[in-house]
Formats: sequence, C-alpha cells, structure tokens
Amino acid sequence: MSLTPDDIARIANLARLELHPDESERMLTQINGFFGIVEAMRAVDTTGVEPLAHPVAVIQDVALRLRDDVASEPNQREANQRSAPAVERGLFLVPKVIE
Amino acid sequence: MHSASKPLHDLGVAELAASLRAGQVSAVEAAQHFLGRARSHESLGAFLAIDEEVTMNQARAADVRLAAGTAGPLEGVPLAHKDIFVTKDLPSTAGSRMLEGYRSPFDATVVRKLADAGVVTLGKLNCDEFAMGSSNENSAYQPACNPWDLSRVPGGSSGGSAVAVAARLAPAATGTDTGGSIRQPASFCGITGIKPTYGRASRYGMIAFASSLDQAGPMARSAEDCALLLSNLCGPDPDRDSTSLDLPTEDFARSLNDSIDGLRIGIPKEFFGEGLSADVRTAVEGVLGEFEKMGARLVPISLPRTELSIPVYYIIAPAEASSNLSRFDGVKFGHRAKAFADLVDMYKKTRAEGFGDEVKRRIMIGTYVLSHGYYDAYYLQAQKIRRMIADDFQQAFKSCDLIAGPVAPTVAWKLGGHGNDPLADYLADIFTLPASLAGLPGMSVPAGFGDGAMPVGLQLIGNYFTESRLLNAAHRLQQATDFHSRKPEGV
Repeated sequence: MSLTPDDIARIANLARLELHPDESERMLTQINGFFGIVEAMRAVDTTGVEPLAHPVAVIQDVALRLRDDVASEPNQREANQRSAPAVERGLFLVPKVIE
Repeated sequence: MHSASKPLHDLGVAELAASLRAGQVSAVEAAQHFLGRARSHESLGAFLAIDEEVTMNQARAADVRLAAGTAGPLEGVPLAHKDIFVTKDLPSTAGSRMLEGYRSPFDATVVRKLADAGVVTLGKLNCDEFAMGSSNENSAYQPACNPWDLSRVPGGSSGGSAVAVAARLAPAATGTDTGGSIRQPASFCGITGIKPTYGRASRYGMIAFASSLDQAGPMARSAEDCALLLSNLCGPDPDRDSTSLDLPTEDFARSLNDSIDGLRIGIPKEFFGEGLSADVRTAVEGVLGEFEKMGARLVPISLPRTELSIPVYYIIAPAEASSNLSRFDGVKFGHRAKAFADLVDMYKKTRAEGFGDEVKRRIMIGTYVLSHGYYDAYYLQAQKIRRMIADDFQQAFKSCDLIAGPVAPTVAWKLGGHGNDPLADYLADIFTLPASLAGLPGMSVPAGFGDGAMPVGLQLIGNYFTESRLLNAAHRLQQATDFHSRKPEGV
C-alpha cells in the first residue's frame, strides 16, 4: 500500500493543516516509509479478539465513571480566557462565518 | 545551617527531606542552591521556565510549615516539573510554539498533590513537543544535552527532566511516559525513573498526547527516592480523570528492603536478539548476575509480539494524538495565525505555524488511520493486537514475578544522529513500547556503562499494581551496586 500526493492533500485538509509543497513531499516519503512497517500488523489474524482501550481491562472490569451532572467548578471566565488569542466582552472571537 | 559533608545537590529526596525536617537546612537555602545551579548550567537546556519569585515564595511557605510542625512528607524538597504538566504560576508550553506564553488557570493534579506534600517547584523542564519524541530534539525551544557527553541526546520525551536530575540541578523531577518517555531518558542519563500502572496517576492537567497510554511518574537518582515521590503523586482522581483507577493511596516504599531471595525474573528472549548492541547487553547481563547473587532466579520467557508493538503503538498513539490535538485551533488558547482568508484558513495556518514536523507527521498518520474506510484496518486492528500483547504478558507472569531486559537497544546517540529519519527514532523504542501498550508499570535502573562511557539502563517490568515489588528489586540492586550514585564529570 502506498499513499499518493492526493491522499496527503486530503488528509491534511481533514487535519486542518496547511502544508507547503516541499513539506507535503517529505511527508509523503516519510509516511509511506512508516506504513512499510505497518504491513506486518495488518497480516496478524485477530479473529475473535476484542479491541483493548483501557489496558487494565485485561485483568479486571474497568468502568469509565460518570460524575453527577452538577456544577463543581466556580466561574473562572477571566482566568480561562487569559490565554485566548481574541476575546471581547467575555466572548471568544472567531473570523466571520456568516455573510 | 547546612553542615552535612555532602554538598546539597548530592543529597537525594529522602536525605533532603530528613535534613529539612531536622532543621539542618532550610527550604529557602535549598531552593536558592538549586536555582543557582540551574542558572550556572543553563547551557544544558534542561529548563524552559524558571521564576525565582514563585519558587522562593513556595520555599518561604515551606519553612513556615516546617517551623510550625505542619510539614508534609516532602516539605521544602525542591523539584521541577516536565513542561507537559500545567501550572498556574508558571508558563506551560508542552515544548510547543503553539502554547508559547500560555498560562493555565489551574494546576495539574500531580502538581497539586506534590505541592500538598510540601514540594517546592524549581521550574518547568524541556521536553519533546507534546511529548512526541525520543531525543528531546523535537522541542520547539532548544535541544537539551546529555550531561555525560554534551554532544549526545539525553533521550526523550522527558529529556529535560533526566538532564536536570543527572546534572544535579534538581534532586528529582516529574516525567510522563506514553511509549517510554520516562524510562528511556532515565536510561540515557543514568538515573532512576518509574512509570506506574496506567490509571494510578491522574492525567488531569497533563497536556494530552495519547490518552490511553499517558502516565506520569517520578525521575530521581534512586529507587528509594522514586518510591517516596510515587507514593505522593498517585491516587484516585474520580471527578477529573475518568480513567483514573479507584485504588487507595499506597506506601510504595514499604517493601524496599525485602529480600529478593527466590524472586523469579523473566528474561524475554525477544529483548536480547540481534538488535541489541553488545555494550548494552554486557551491562544488562552484569546486573542480572547481581540479582542472581542475591538469590533471584532468571527464567527464560517469550514476548512473541515485541516487534509488532512498534506499528501497533505508532498507529494508536498518533490516532489519539490527532484527536487530542484538534483542540489547538487558535480560538480558546494558544497561537493564532496573523493573516488568513476565513475560519478554515485560520485553523490551517494556525496549526501549520504552531506545530513542529514530528507533531504534524503524527497528526497526519492519526487522521488517516481514523478516517472513513481505514478505521477497521488500522486503528481497530491495532487495538486488537494491543490486547494480544497484554495477554502475552499475563502468560509470561505465570512463570515469573517480574521481567527484566534493556530499556533501549543502544546508549544515547549523538545530537542529530538520527538525522531526518523519524523511523529510526520509532524503531529505537522497541523495548519500552510493549509495557506501555499493556499499561504495566515499568522502570529504568542504572546498570553500568557502555560505549563512550555512556550510561545503560536496566528495564524492570511488573504485573499490574506491583510497583512496590519493582522498587524493591531496584533498591536491592542499588544496595549492591553504585551505578546510580555515579555522576557525570564536571557536575
């Protein structure tokens, strides 16, 4: 299996990454090199094997907890917005999306 | 005040804590001493941020508690944090331009727990960008140098942590380990580090890389110091980390001095194949011999899917990273591009400018393997083999109590040594990835020296929740050898 320059452009768009042409080219070579070692993984027979997400689930049940749906944090709007690129009247600013 | 025969920076965490409690040294003196060392060793590239005022305020508060008799177990002990943990009072960058100047509104749970125990923060430590790397060369700010040979890498991603401890700029540091990022730099810099069982340490406030793999742990010079720190940084965090395990706090130092007579140490044949360089093999076999002298038995075992752990890890970790790093979009925090055409262009340019090469590569791989039509063949297949790898360990632990082998195939390589070949870095992670995928505790213990008189680390892997047994074996080894107390020339 080998990725093409079109694949790289498609993935970069999905990942919201602008790539310069020379960057795309380098990325293509490196990612194809990487998928060379992935082939060994694809050949493994995994019929009937359950995927593993939380590793400790190998030996015991692990339930992902949900906490009660009540506010537990104080309002820290200012602290939370201190490192935002653009804020006005307590709101995050983004470029215009509706004409 | 301080009158011990050793300079302050040669004291370990346990010794320093005792001197502080006994009033032989004050927290302010200790903090000043280490800040001075950090300043005079700036060229090592260990620190990304230091704020003397923040540190000295914490030290003065520690002295007040020491005097009042309300001191925590680590009161006044200076420590530095890997810059992957967010901190309220110091910048948090994850080694990335994306977060240059970022100030977190809260402290990571690990940072808070250590502060509650009395630790004084010396600053934030260099690391590979978003903890992605094995040499610290992926830091967007500066490379870090290995104190044993300045022309070599310290390992990564917790490279700054390993440098600071090895060069005595801090008695201990925090690190994080996703695929070996505590164990490998500890090995390369001749220090001791432990990654606990996945779920022991809270991930709250650890800037996320691969959530099903990320774990925090201490890096120090001895197993005893690691045990003390680990006891204070682990514990359930049920409201803030949904994967945190509901296990009571443990004293990991409780069995440090137990006998290891009769201990069965599993030796995986896959860790001693042709990929292992001769110098590392000799050093590792040497300390295995020390274990035998203490009555431990070496048992041959097999971890048949060791090689597969490389593709499995480098599918799962980038997949999770691509999802975690989607939050960096130039809206709520971090970098935003100056010029752009519209919202999507703003995202793309922001991310192109803010992320380095390796991070972009992993986002691309992760996005691809999660995309429509490829998910089953890559991500799901990797998660299935992940279970087979974890099952292999359970099979192995039927015939042994812990597993030992090398941390890495070679000693630290030269800065720039892997050139522009990311695959070379990936392949060098082969011995640390299996335990990461299985979520098992693992540690690196100094095992002597190899080519270029560079440190070699022994890796110990335990079954789930057996950190105290790992620390016990490591401590006994450190009673019998002095590799962990050697220091680089000029330090």
